[in-house]
Amino acid sequence: MAILESIKSLTELREKLKAKQAALSQKDNPQSTIQVKVTMATCGIASGSRPVYDFMKEELSKRNIPALVSQVGCMGFCYAEPTIEVTMPGKSPVIFGFVNTKKADEIIERFIRKGEVIDGVIPMNYETA
Amino acid sequence: MKTIKLIIDGKTAEVPENTTLLKAAKTVGIDIPTLCYFELKDMNIENRPGGCRVCVVEVKGRRNLAPACNTMVAEGMEVYTHNIRVLNARRTVLELILSDHPAECLTCAKSGSCELQSMAQQLGVREIPYQGEQSKYRKDTSPAIIRDVDKCIMCRRCEMMCNDVQTVGALNAVNRGFMAVVAPAFEMNLEKSPCTYCGQCVSVCPTGALTEVDHSRNVINALADPAKTVVVQTAPAVRAALGEEFGLAPGTLVTGKMVAALRRLGFDYVFDTDFAADLTIMEEGTELLDRLTRYLKGDKDVKLPILTSCCPGWVNFFEHNFPEMREIPSTAKSPQQMFGPIAKEYFAKKLGINRKNMIVVSIMPCLAKKYECQRDEFKVDGDPDVNFSLSTRELAHLIKASNIDFSSLPEDDFDNPLGESTGASVIFGTTGGVIEAACRTAYELYTGKKLEKVDFKELRGLENVRHATIDFDGLPINIGIAHGLGNARKLLEDIRDGKSQFHAIEIMACPGGCIGGGGQPYHHGDSEVIKLRASALYREDAGKPIRKSHENPFILELYKDFLGKPCGEKSHHLLHTHYFDKSAGVFVEE
Amino acid sequence: MARQIRIALRNCGVIDPERIEDYISRDGYMALATVLTELSPEAVIEILKKSGLRGRGGGGFPAGLKWEITRKVQADQKYVVCNADEGDPGAFMDRSILEGDPHAVLEAMTINGYCTGASKGLIYIRAEYPLAVERLKTAMKQSREMGLLGNNILQTGFNFDIDIRYGAGAFVCGEETALIHSMEGLRGEPTVKPPFPSVEGYLKKPTNVNNVETFANVPVIINKGWEWFASIGTEKSKGTKVFALAGKINNVGLVEVPMGTTLREVIYEIGGGIQGGKEFKAAQTGGPSGGCLTKKHLDTPIDYDNLIAAGSMMGSGGLIVMDEDDCMVAIAKFYLGFTVEESCGKCSPCRIGNKRLFELLEKITQGNGTMEDIDKLRNLSTVIKDTSLCGLGQSSPNPVLSTIENFIGEYHEHVKDKKCRSKVCKSMMQYLVVPEKCIGCTLCARNCPVNAISGERKQVHLIDQEKCIKCGACMEKCKFNAIIIN
Repeated sequence: MAILESIKSLTELREKLKAKQAALSQKDNPQSTIQVKVTMATCGIASGSRPVYDFMKEELSKRNIPALVSQVGCMGFCYAEPTIEVTMPGKSPVIFGFVNTKKADEIIERFIRKGEVIDGVIPMNYETA
Repeated sequence: MKTIKLIIDGKTAEVPENTTLLKAAKTVGIDIPTLCYFELKDMNIENRPGGCRVCVVEVKGRRNLAPACNTMVAEGMEVYTHNIRVLNARRTVLELILSDHPAECLTCAKSGSCELQSMAQQLGVREIPYQGEQSKYRKDTSPAIIRDVDKCIMCRRCEMMCNDVQTVGALNAVNRGFMAVVAPAFEMNLEKSPCTYCGQCVSVCPTGALTEVDHSRNVINALADPAKTVVVQTAPAVRAALGEEFGLAPGTLVTGKMVAALRRLGFDYVFDTDFAADLTIMEEGTELLDRLTRYLKGDKDVKLPILTSCCPGWVNFFEHNFPEMREIPSTAKSPQQMFGPIAKEYFAKKLGINRKNMIVVSIMPCLAKKYECQRDEFKVDGDPDVNFSLSTRELAHLIKASNIDFSSLPEDDFDNPLGESTGASVIFGTTGGVIEAACRTAYELYTGKKLEKVDFKELRGLENVRHATIDFDGLPINIGIAHGLGNARKLLEDIRDGKSQFHAIEIMACPGGCIGGGGQPYHHGDSEVIKLRASALYREDAGKPIRKSHENPFILELYKDFLGKPCGEKSHHLLHTHYFDKSAGVFVEE
Repeated sequence: MARQIRIALRNCGVIDPERIEDYISRDGYMALATVLTELSPEAVIEILKKSGLRGRGGGGFPAGLKWEITRKVQADQKYVVCNADEGDPGAFMDRSILEGDPHAVLEAMTINGYCTGASKGLIYIRAEYPLAVERLKTAMKQSREMGLLGNNILQTGFNFDIDIRYGAGAFVCGEETALIHSMEGLRGEPTVKPPFPSVEGYLKKPTNVNNVETFANVPVIINKGWEWFASIGTEKSKGTKVFALAGKINNVGLVEVPMGTTLREVIYEIGGGIQGGKEFKAAQTGGPSGGCLTKKHLDTPIDYDNLIAAGSMMGSGGLIVMDEDDCMVAIAKFYLGFTVEESCGKCSPCRIGNKRLFELLEKITQGNGTMEDIDKLRNLSTVIKDTSLCGLGQSSPNPVLSTIENFIGEYHEHVKDKKCRSKVCKSMMQYLVVPEKCIGCTLCARNCPVNAISGERKQVHLIDQEKCIKCGACMEKCKFNAIIIN
């Protein structure tokens, strides 16, 4: 990583990253992709999010579904760990709770591939600063 | 300095800023009780962790009560030291402390001198409403000090002494919550710690958690054994403090009464460690002159400064902390340990008895002496040169237990030949005294001239580290003095770093020297007591007809009769020692 | 429907905490850049003061004021300390922030360094938080590589670097003076304040100690302006507060709500109500230092001052919900047990007093209490609060006082009727055989681990109360519901 030499270079970098991030979610953008976020804080990992993370990474690629799988911190839904958030391009993010590899498989096959509505969705009840 | 005006219990106090409420209250005649707080005024020793919470007071506008010992005055403050809220809190806190304290006052070594006991009396506690589990710990007995920390109230005074003043680091708080207590690291025995047995922890402990190992029973048994000749020696600082145990004013000299009491106790010969102190000066002074002369001649191997070696706590300290410098201190034994072989190898032979049938008892202001006399190098075929060392406090108890009315005793004189001493040896008991005594003799031996002015006032006082230059007839001799091991550490570090300018240094482990020793009557934080003891010793010195060690006729006779010359072969064998590296083995489990 | 507003948690669960780019893409380090290039330290402190941000570690001291005090003390060296020694039972918001958004804390500490004149920051974190430590280390490495931490930050000439110090998990080391002693390698115990750390702290130098959540708020306040922040919350408590919801609540988890949200909204709307549809009994806020809020407090807006008025406190934000199955005497005993374990032992009221409180509560829960014991609890609690050296002892009796205040009836039942209505205090329970239902199958007798049940086959069995250890095995095994608890 290059050293940021001024507020200007920081701002430029931020804009670049913002644009890249925005592109990911835009429906018809050629750079858009499915985004999967797996909660990997201590609580998530302790309830089994690591196998889910590995499963998502491996299986999405095996099944030829282009997706960006990343780890994130706690989403706050401790009672439903492991939780994952799936964002389909152009759509709002959906959070699933109590995800194990079996559930993850169902999310890939039914929610991501077929766009079906499936159980286990946690309502998003917050706004972010 | 800025002055602060505040109101305490309706009285207006005017004190300098940064004064504690405790001291401010004293200025208007209000004495707030304290327990963990401890101060030796003018000696730079203070303990105010704010832990016991007995001194809490109400400060108007403040949510909770404030510890008076640790809260500074502020302009316009309104303080209440004895309203119902404060009284209830103070009493409840004391009741809590008592609820975790063994009620063993009847048999406790500290009974009568216990600050917790007197606090309970002062506050009129007649029952303990909050009963419950008491914290229990392993009892620990070392050669000199007993730790019975069931009685520890976490005042942390010992910890302050051991760490801040002495920089020994043997004691610290361990564990937490209800089981928190002051102990050596890993709760090992004191014997496994770098403890020097200086006994300063014992001298400040408010309760019976830290006390000396009591050898008076062994002494009683020896006195009762007709086959034994029992000889006693008394250290200089004892005579300046023993009277306190019998209600006499601090600073009262009780030399004659002490001798009379010892004789009544049944000792066959009552001798004086002062005699051995004169002997120490002969040996140590000669060693100093020898090293100095060789140094002045350009001998590169000679080590200066020379350090005194008569304090056993100090010897333990450098063996633990500066073992690589153990060639620097004088090899002369301490007076106690010079007395032993002279008694058993010289006097016993004179009497025609086997050394094993002679018991030598020492009366010391010190607890480290108990350890010193047990050292292997001070034994012959397992027979110690000094059999038992009693503290000033133990002697007082022995006298009280033997139906002796101390104050009405006549004044007696020491026996001869080992009871004759000079003024020089008397001042061994206070900081600066040993080096002053050494100067009196070294001056005359070095210059060959008579010393007209015997008092070296520049070497006296209570400052932590002192230095003075003494004129040896044109040769300036730089003298350093430290009392308290933390101060000694500073001087030693200077020597190690090549920064020391001194030719000779006197070091005493205890603040004030032996008069402030760990075996002395409890001063309860009153530094005036220590000062009065010092002035008593200087008074005794001034009144002595002979005030230079090398003029003691019995010393001269001893050399002529038995030893030959100072630092000669016989002296080397009987009166000198060597030191050990004790840095390893600390906190190591066997 | 009450909504959460996530300020401190803004990036948690959103960004990959191990990628600085993710943080930057969400305006990360913009606050630092603005501060370093456009604002004077005094101006930043002014923004913070106007924002009304108060310390989130429990005390609620105005953050801007603390920064100002530290700034005004003259010294050759100052320190910024992040208190990440989260120790309240059931509180884990600091861990979540450090694991989910470590850069936010680094950025805020650097801003603090600029404002106070410190060039060195220290994060005091529990060694039990290994993932948080790892993520902090990764974040520190990344920000140093990008010139956002270390020497000459953003080429402005400002130097600031951060080190990590580990705590061994002592609760009392969350108290700032104890924390500082622990960092100095000394025994982790508090000393009397003043001097406050802002004046004389780490290595006797002025030290600004703030909690993780407090720091996490700072960059947003700079970026969005104090007016925005001050528009959220109540008159004296601005912004949001993160709560760790735990206990008998459906949606156990981390929530961040504006100050002034009511307990009812937090529990029923955000937390999804009580488990099993049972009745709400109390909520403990402030952990072992706090007190319990009851039904009458359900509609009280939660902020620093209201909680104190209700006999509790904000604390670090643990919120433990209790239902009708919880015995309030046992709850008080639970918290006292924690305090007894965690007291450092320095001052006598906390060391011995809390132990005695615990013993009295034990006596009462065992059915041996007297009315006098309740008086003793009251007096002792008051004295411990009034005389203890640090915040631990000054607040440890709160659970006792607040349960006595709100649930005196339960205490009386334990003492007078020897009864625990929640059937929690085992000593007061009796397992009894209902003769009408017992068919004498002997199953209970065969399963009793202490042979306390006697009775011939096909005859009514009897439980020897002297022998019974109240394990409940008999009741569990009985197929005829013939065993009941009295």
